Amino acid sequence: MSELTRRSVLRGAVTGVAAAAFTGVALGLPVALAARGTGNDTGNDIDNTAGSVPHTGPEAFDETYRGRRIHGAPRAAGGHHHGGPGYAVFVDGKELHVMQNADSSWISVVNHYETFATPRAAARAAVLELQGAALVPVAV
Amino acid sequence: MAVRQNQANLTAAQKRAFTDAVLELKRSGRYDDFVTTHNAFIMSDVDNGERVGHRSPSFLPWHRRFLLEFEQALQSVDSSVMLPYWDWTRDRTASASLWGADFLGGDGRASDAQVTTGPFAFNSGRWAVNVRVDSRNYLRRQLGGGGRPLPTRAEVDSVLAMPVYDMAPWNSQSNGFRNHLEGWRGVNLHNRVHVWVGGQMGTGVSPNDPVFWLHHCFIDKLWADWQRLHPTSPYLPAAGTPDVVDLRDTMKPWNDITPADLLDHTSRYTYA
Ligand SMILES: [Cu+2]
Ligand SMILES: [Cu+2]
Repeated sequence: MSELTRRSVLRGAVTGVAAAAFTGVALGLPVALAARGTGNDTGNDIDNTAGSVPHTGPEAFDETYRGRRIHGAPRAAGGHHHGGPGYAVFVDGKELHVMQNADSSWISVVNHYETFATPRAAARAAVLELQGAALVPVAV
Repeated sequence: MAVRQNQANLTAAQKRAFTDAVLELKRSGRYDDFVTTHNAFIMSDVDNGERVGHRSPSFLPWHRRFLLEFEQALQSVDSSVMLPYWDWTRDRTASASLWGADFLGGDGRASDAQVTTGPFAFNSGRWAVNVRVDSRNYLRRQLGGGGRPLPTRAEVDSVLAMPVYDMAPWNSQSNGFRNHLEGWRGVNLHNRVHVWVGGQMGTGVSPNDPVFWLHHCFIDKLWADWQRLHPTSPYLPAAGTPDVVDLRDTMKPWNDITPADLLDHTSRYTYA
């Protein structure tokens, strides 16, 4: 994918994130929470969009994005793994390790040095980064 | 005396010695152990639980120890080798000599971001990415692909001017020098450079790209520069902080070294 394409795709994703944040306000989430930036600035709009995610965690999602099935959902009770969030994300059925930051933004093992407003945004960014490759468990 | 140099000033022979030693560690399997260790901390360091290598005050001493261990491994191959640093405020484009075929190799190609030049190109037969998060076993880069340029000298200086090392809650939300340098907050220095390089450098297995060491060597130098600018500013926190490495707590995975042991680097190496 050309860089221009990748970036325009990311901008497209931003629109969705911004809409989600707006929905958060409409649903009556505290405005301060819904409108709060992540305090982070990685130069990617997708990263800096308001943290619309309350600490109780985001809702499940399941969609096809650029040909890949991405889905995420809260883990079953007791499903915390190494102190990470109670939320699991998958790309074509393979788990994408994600983590929630203190400011409620998210990162994944595929994009570990930039933050995203939602697990869905992290999953979409991972799809772009993977360029069709499959996730594999990290060899240890 | 052991001197870590700016990579832009290395001679051809020094570049060759460095990449040869890196390749030898790769061949013996020791290189991949470093990648595995780094990823284990990347995945387990969390804002609301134990955190040692990242998003915490010990980000700087942890990586200082990690780099020393790697440098010693290089020296076990070739005793003349020191880690060089990449000053990304000066060498800020894909055409910098850093990315030459005689050193780290260049940008990834358009189709799949695969690095095809230099000693770490997959085609060279000596650099397979074994510790990985996806099925691709070749080194990848997308220099500048994130769209945001590398940090400027003015941005670095603005972070070096911060007088307090770190602050509660001692994580990715903290104010202070450490977190602004690490990049979870503010102008974002360290994290942004990982993203600028792209490919494996943007992932939890970032040390698969040898530029990891040159990037972190510069981060280590910036810590030393900050200490010189703020001689009375201590490492924080001092003691009794849950989930975080205090000044005299030992750090995993070594369990025999504390931030206090690492505050003065000059007995081990200096920066030119
Ligand atoms: Cu690290
Ligand atoms: Cu790093």
